[in-house]
Amino acid sequence: MAWRLHPRITQALAKTVLWAFTGLTLLILIFIIVNISVKGLPQVTWSFLSQDPTDMGRHGGIFSTIVATVYITLLAIILASPLGVGTAIYLTEYTREGWATRIIRFGAECLAGVPSIILGLFGFVLFVMKLGFGWSIISGGLTLAVMVLPIIIRTAEEAIKAVPRDYRQVCYSLGLSQWQTITRIVLPSALPGITTGIMLSVGRSLGETAVLLFTAGAALRTPTSLFDSGRTMAVHFYILAREGISMPNAYGTAAILMISILLINLIAYSLMQRLMRRFS
Amino acid sequence: MNKSKFIERVLFLLALSSISSLVIITIFIFEEGLPLILHTGLKDFIFSTHWAPTKGFFGIGAMIVSSLLVTLGAMILGVPLGLACAIVLAEFSSLRLRRLLKPTLELLAGIPSVVYGFLGVVWLVPLIRDHLGGPGLSLLAAAVILGIMILPTVISISIDALTAVPDVYRDGSIALGATEWQTVRRVVLPAASSGIITAVILGMGRAVGETMAVIMVAGNAIKLPTSILEPVRTLTSNIALELGYAAGRHREALFATGIVLFIIIMILNFSTTLITRRR
Repeated sequence: MAWRLHPRITQALAKTVLWAFTGLTLLILIFIIVNISVKGLPQVTWSFLSQDPTDMGRHGGIFSTIVATVYITLLAIILASPLGVGTAIYLTEYTREGWATRIIRFGAECLAGVPSIILGLFGFVLFVMKLGFGWSIISGGLTLAVMVLPIIIRTAEEAIKAVPRDYRQVCYSLGLSQWQTITRIVLPSALPGITTGIMLSVGRSLGETAVLLFTAGAALRTPTSLFDSGRTMAVHFYILAREGISMPNAYGTAAILMISILLINLIAYSLMQRLMRRFS
Repeated sequence: MNKSKFIERVLFLLALSSISSLVIITIFIFEEGLPLILHTGLKDFIFSTHWAPTKGFFGIGAMIVSSLLVTLGAMILGVPLGLACAIVLAEFSSLRLRRLLKPTLELLAGIPSVVYGFLGVVWLVPLIRDHLGGPGLSLLAAAVILGIMILPTVISISIDALTAVPDVYRDGSIALGATEWQTVRRVVLPAASSGIITAVILGMGRAVGETMAVIMVAGNAIKLPTSILEPVRTLTSNIALELGYAAGRHREALFATGIVLFIIIMILNFSTTLITRRR
């Protein structure tokens, strides 16, 4: 057998390499946040937020893209939440583990893995072409609803499962029906967790580009109806950056986008933590 | 039918319609794309590298190869970094540091892919162009950006897998005189292997399916790359670049590209399910 290093030396070497890799990873990620914030935030003024873009986004602000983003995200959440929470209730409260739950769970996992460009293709052929909605807020919202559905199902399921069995047993012993138990006790207790799923979905919708490029289009006008095309902030940022229209405006849009997503995810995460701590 | 039975039915229908969206997606993608694959022939479609959709040539061979190479590159960069991070946070760092850094890293998964692509264009592409040569927009640039993008996925799932290994395993190994590192390498990592493999496969899925960041940094030339400094076009970017103006057979060809991508992703999904069930 060839010579071997002393185990302590190997350990020291391994730890050094691992810590160096960890440091590098953190540096990269910090660099991303700092770079976008430092270059982007100085662009963000009240007029940047409140004025419409002019000259393809070269001048002016991003107001119309904020409006489009809010419409599309709201629509997606309104459509996906009842469906997702309903699915989670069915999975946790109404069925025993069996083939039905396994198929539904596997389906949700697969759906979560479907790349956004495939969802874009799907939304394009079904909503834009077949149903004739065109590039519009409604096509974009419907497709995003499909995209965020697995997030809402998964977090709602986790939250409902975290509510202790005792709560339900006390309700039954007091003569409440199963549905009363769910609506009066289980859902209110699981609400922070369900909210987490919804907020994560908002975050995901804000950052999405590939889906919306082919379902909601890229019109810069402020959308006034569900059937108007609308350009979201992420799509606007993509077009500004890719076509080199305006670097300062691109950085400004990116900063707003990134910081709002990070904040939303942060709140979502702490809500879930609080729920889990309360019941564990 | 009494009320509770009715409610159960309604909830079942909701659950069913959630899942049916996956079925509908599959049906529509195949319905639009399959005719072209049948028309061109599966062999020509997948293996030919001649893509000239307006002239009737639909070969996506070069893009399949590019997608696989870009993903492989992302794995070579992202898996060691991510795994190292996970091992340090799960095994060697204080509980307090882990409690701080794990959620922070998970938050980063929320940064939009266009932002990664943008920073790739602004920082990485010029760096490659000036120091390594070539146009900068390249297979290498795409692989590096994707490698960074999959970090949060790989780290977060690997940490969960490592912390799920019971402490008695570690204590037993240490009691036998093994060092901490020997314990991690010989005991903890093997015990957590199925979870770590899941993390790697999910990262792979994310890399194969990523579109916007890749479009921005990969250069999008349709040919088989001969070096990592050459521009490439992946399956996803091919769809996104041409869908806006494609019509007729050309559009069908893009949906057919989607079918190939969809099948790759589904194979990855199935393998994670198999791995977790085996455990």
